[in-house]
Amino acid sequence: MLTLSVLVDLTRCTGCKACQTACKQWNDLPAGIPEFDNNLTFPSKTDGNTYTVVQHRVTKKDGQDVMRFAKMQCLHCLEPACVSACFAKALQKTAEGPVVYYPHLCVGCRYCMLACPFNVPKYEWDEVFPLISKCQYCFDPNGRYDRVGRGQKPACVDSCPNDTMIFGNRDEILKEAWNRINGDPKYVKHVYGEKEAGGTNWLYISDVPFETFGFRTGVTERPLPEYTHDYLKWTPTVIAAWGGLLTLMYLYTKRRGEVGKEQGQDKNISA
Amino acid sequence: MAAQKWSFKITAVRKVLIALAALAAAIAVYRLATGLGTTTNLNDRWPWGLWIGFDVLTGVALAGGGYSTALLVHILHYNKFNVIARSAMLTSLLGYLLVMVGLFLDIGRWFNFWRPFVSWGYHSVLFEVFWCISLYTLVQVIEFGEIATERVAKSWHKPLKKIMPVMLILGVLLPTLHQSSLGGLYVIEVGKLHPLWWSPLLPLFFLMSSFFVGPAMVTIETTLAGRALGHRVEDNILRSLIRIAGVLMVIYLALKIIDLVNRDAFGYVFAGGLESNMFLLEMIVGVIIPIIICFTPWSAGRSGLVTFGVLTAAGLVINRMNVVITGMYQALGPGYFPSWMEWAVTIGLVSGGVLVYLFIAENFNILGRHEEQETA
Repeated sequence: MLTLSVLVDLTRCTGCKACQTACKQWNDLPAGIPEFDNNLTFPSKTDGNTYTVVQHRVTKKDGQDVMRFAKMQCLHCLEPACVSACFAKALQKTAEGPVVYYPHLCVGCRYCMLACPFNVPKYEWDEVFPLISKCQYCFDPNGRYDRVGRGQKPACVDSCPNDTMIFGNRDEILKEAWNRINGDPKYVKHVYGEKEAGGTNWLYISDVPFETFGFRTGVTERPLPEYTHDYLKWTPTVIAAWGGLLTLMYLYTKRRGEVGKEQGQDKNISA
Repeated sequence: MAAQKWSFKITAVRKVLIALAALAAAIAVYRLATGLGTTTNLNDRWPWGLWIGFDVLTGVALAGGGYSTALLVHILHYNKFNVIARSAMLTSLLGYLLVMVGLFLDIGRWFNFWRPFVSWGYHSVLFEVFWCISLYTLVQVIEFGEIATERVAKSWHKPLKKIMPVMLILGVLLPTLHQSSLGGLYVIEVGKLHPLWWSPLLPLFFLMSSFFVGPAMVTIETTLAGRALGHRVEDNILRSLIRIAGVLMVIYLALKIIDLVNRDAFGYVFAGGLESNMFLLEMIVGVIIPIIICFTPWSAGRSGLVTFGVLTAAGLVINRMNVVITGMYQALGPGYFPSWMEWAVTIGLVSGGVLVYLFIAENFNILGRHEEQETA
């Protein structure tokens, strides 16, 4: 599949947050005053001004305390729930892979936030007219914040000093992910994002369980838009059948009432 | 029948309702001017709260008396229910107008509310909800126009009467679509919404419950209106109305059980904990006891009828809030309780609705006092 993917190899991440900073700088997102949570994580989650956060965790591995880090952002699903949930087309999936937000179309209903299986979209709660906030994959149809559309890597990938992230076509990225897993027993035998929610463009491999960082486990492997489609596909049928039936019943019972009245009158006359 | 005066009696209760509605209006202006963060406790974990859960999801369902009565009276021509038709439709219209206000206050970029009319996100269940609720509110305004033009702008009465059959059919078709679609909104919450509520049949459950809560609301409303406005509907008419609801509730209960068993989720019913208890509360209070009342002599008297109405409506409120809040709690975690301003707006909206209902019922021919007015 020729969509642009990123493989994040969590075993290579040192938690330096260069990616988080690069993201803020490239996208002109305001910074906050640090109030560290969970060791050195700040902010604790992505928010209205933060597309990506590096989660810092102290955990046990082979009986020893170890530190591990995970960069979290929108996973850019192959079949995004948010895109299917948006009733104004403010979220759209591009052919290259990024799921892009078009603020001028947004009504602010926040259904995308609920629909996302990874709870990615966040909201500018402090604004009078808030926008949804989520990683745009450095893809900007208006050009200003565009990197990927111009053939560059996303700002975060470009900024990483440890080659934690590699950027390329999904097929090759996925093959590389499994090569690494199969070539080294330290890895968890799972590529996060390979099958979750029908597959995502961002893929993760790790040597500690993904739950450590708050990755949601047990996500359905069926693309979420299909669940909705299974219901919505009946709409035309219901309109035609139920609308037709209502019309028939209306005409039939009305006529029956009239006939009843006429016969009633006849009886009265004959009586 | 010429110069009738407009009347609106001011009582102590009405003064309180006016105060509550005025407070809500003031907060609404404040919210529109300053944003959601200043007025609500909504946050990134809980993007939807009281306003969507109660004002919209519950409000639309409680207004279901409009379309269920319309189906019985205007489509199936059960003429004995004629006496309740107009008041049920008026409650429904007001309910939907309140829902529109609630929705408008809840969307972050309210100046953009019209976008889905031109930017079609037709893959979204919300798209269907948005279109159907908008169109249905319009249909209801036209339906009420037929009543209103008996008194004002009388020249419009005849043309409105002509298009009424189309409006009545649309007036059942559209609610069928969006009542179910409100449940459809949560089908995408697979894995997030607790298995006691998440089901591919959720749209059907929402549709059925919105239908059977209709007679319940009609019972409550005619009793209240009977007291306030001296209008009484005979008990046996209400009883045969709630019998229809009762039959549907039995089917609903059976489907719920079959669905839970099929999805291997029946074990959660008696598993204890918040979700199980809330589910049991919803089903016992809102479905099982009303069914018992409905099919026993208890429903022969007014007290039984009112109990049926109150319990069924309460059960529906609990059901919708369970879907929006209780069922999502495990997935979204703690961190949301409505702010006082959210409560005040919700309470004020309902108060405003009651006031408008009373005004219209006193000034237009809603409660079947047609003859009375003609002769007066």
